[in-house]
Amino acid sequence: MQRAAKSLAPSATRSRSEAIAFIIMLVALIITPLLTYPVFLMKALCFALFACAFNLLVGYVGLLSFGHALFFGWAGYACAHLAKVGTISLPYLTFMPRLSWQWLVIQLPSLFQHPEFAILGGTIFATALGLIAGTLAIRRQGIYFSMITLALAQMMYFFAVQAPFTHGEDGIQAVPRGKLFGLFDLAEQRNMYITVLLIFLGCFLLIRRIINSPFGEVLKAIRENETRAISLGYKTDRYKLLAFVLSATFAGIAGATKALVFQLASLTDVDWPMSGEVILMTLVGGLGTLFGPVAGAFFMVTLENYLTTMGQWVFVVQGVIFVVCVMLFRHGFIGEIARLLRVKL
Amino acid sequence: MFEVLGIPSQALFGQLLIGLINGSFYALLSLGLAVIFGMLNIINFTHGAQYMLGAFTAFFLLQYGGLGYWWALILAPVLVGISGIVIERLFLRWLYKLDHLYGLLLTFGLALIIEGTFRNFFGSSGLPYSVPSELTGGRDLGFMFLPNYRAWVVLFSLAVCLTTWFIIERTKLGSYLRAATENPALVRAFGINVPRMITLTYGFGVALAALAGVMAAPIYNVSPQMGANLIIVVFAVVVIGGMGSIMGAIVTGFGLGVIEGLTKVFFPEASNTVIFIIMAIVLLIRPAGLFGRRA
Repeated sequence: MQRAAKSLAPSATRSRSEAIAFIIMLVALIITPLLTYPVFLMKALCFALFACAFNLLVGYVGLLSFGHALFFGWAGYACAHLAKVGTISLPYLTFMPRLSWQWLVIQLPSLFQHPEFAILGGTIFATALGLIAGTLAIRRQGIYFSMITLALAQMMYFFAVQAPFTHGEDGIQAVPRGKLFGLFDLAEQRNMYITVLLIFLGCFLLIRRIINSPFGEVLKAIRENETRAISLGYKTDRYKLLAFVLSATFAGIAGATKALVFQLASLTDVDWPMSGEVILMTLVGGLGTLFGPVAGAFFMVTLENYLTTMGQWVFVVQGVIFVVCVMLFRHGFIGEIARLLRVKL
Repeated sequence: MFEVLGIPSQALFGQLLIGLINGSFYALLSLGLAVIFGMLNIINFTHGAQYMLGAFTAFFLLQYGGLGYWWALILAPVLVGISGIVIERLFLRWLYKLDHLYGLLLTFGLALIIEGTFRNFFGSSGLPYSVPSELTGGRDLGFMFLPNYRAWVVLFSLAVCLTTWFIIERTKLGSYLRAATENPALVRAFGINVPRMITLTYGFGVALAALAGVMAAPIYNVSPQMGANLIIVVFAVVVIGGMGSIMGAIVTGFGLGVIEGLTKVFFPEASNTVIFIIMAIVLLIRPAGLFGRRA
């Protein structure tokens, strides 16, 4: 009995500290549009969701993916292509007159060009990619997992360079934001912000729910000791794959939303520095904390906003932050605050 | 002059040679990664940047020191190797007890710093580095023209790879290394200075990358991002080969270079991606890698 009461107590304080932090975050996100540019905030929110998705994998399963740009960037391409062109392009191999790629283009009803369907389409595409990449990557552990995800993402980057519908260096430009459910005109900045905010909050709460579910507990068990989890009868590969697919899906939602916000899908979002950036955001905020990725994303996006005029030094600054975080500051902002206050955030 | 499957022999063997040359670099780099991983349990993400540093050191030696290719071939690996030792002493040695995710992140950060700095000073375009005068020209083999320098690169890197294999697999020093990989505590108990061995191993692995960089300089120009994309391909090579075996790393490196060269002839669109596709297939069929010891 006493034991049960003891184990209940921390979870009660946990949900209270989390609730307070959530309210602070919510209030901040409602007030800040009055103080700063909405596009900047929307960018930060998209990256915050991206980092939360990434953190679901690295923070709670202990799998460091070095290829999350794959899901983020390709969901952006799929969303932008759906919203702007409204077709599905499928590649296939042909042997005549010689071995090469061809494209099968399927026209969709114009209904699918609505922003909600475009985002959904981008997300589904990211889920599918996550299923394929995850199936391959979880076949190896530890360091190999990181290298495999990086290699697969780079493969799809080269694919993006060559595929006709991505428009190479130009990217898909001038993507129409459209009318959400045919009612709300997203060209209006306020409507767009509210949409992005609701998407972010919905996904954030869903991720929190996943982490605190029995499924999430098994994930943490795998992180702590996979062999033990296997010996307890859990099919850890299935859990890892599902976590990977979920992470890819949320990353996809973030990427698709970002494509609509900026009305652009480009190579930047599928290239490896993007995978590095999301790692850095999560690391700065705190690996394995609920609010860390959000704080880290806002910090990095703000920082990069100030550094835009510095050209290549941005990479150097990012590198220095990586080194400092790994050497001295492994818990990140939120992780350190949580340690000081002895609460879970 | 003859044709193979409708492709002139000149083109086919030319691409095959480029494949062998790329393969030499894959082999040298994955060998370095494997040696470092064996001792330090860290995947050295800075490897590509250190390959680039090797090429730049050669360039600087020529530009400011008047020292040519042959000097660079000796000095660049030594200098870059020493910088690697400094990195190991300053940063890496604090991370051995942690999750190896942190080693990856730290070396990734260092790569960003090094490559960002060089890009800032030298831009993205390459700087030319000429072929040493002893190796200019080439010979006509009948079915293809073989430039002397390229033949030298393939033969010399093969020699370096085999020497490394010999040192690690067949000498006493190598047996200490292999023993320390298996059980560092026990090797220390025998009175061998394992931490120093770890430091030197990192320096040696880094020197291999710099050596590859010097050899690449006359072929690909010297540019700040020459290592960034290469290292990702090398990671795929390492996944395919598995890091358990030195010979495996060499064979996989050269083999994949050749396959990539052939793809350029028969299916050019896939030449960038073929190694990654092979990686995916190997993962499905033999998850531990072609030469991997265990899953």
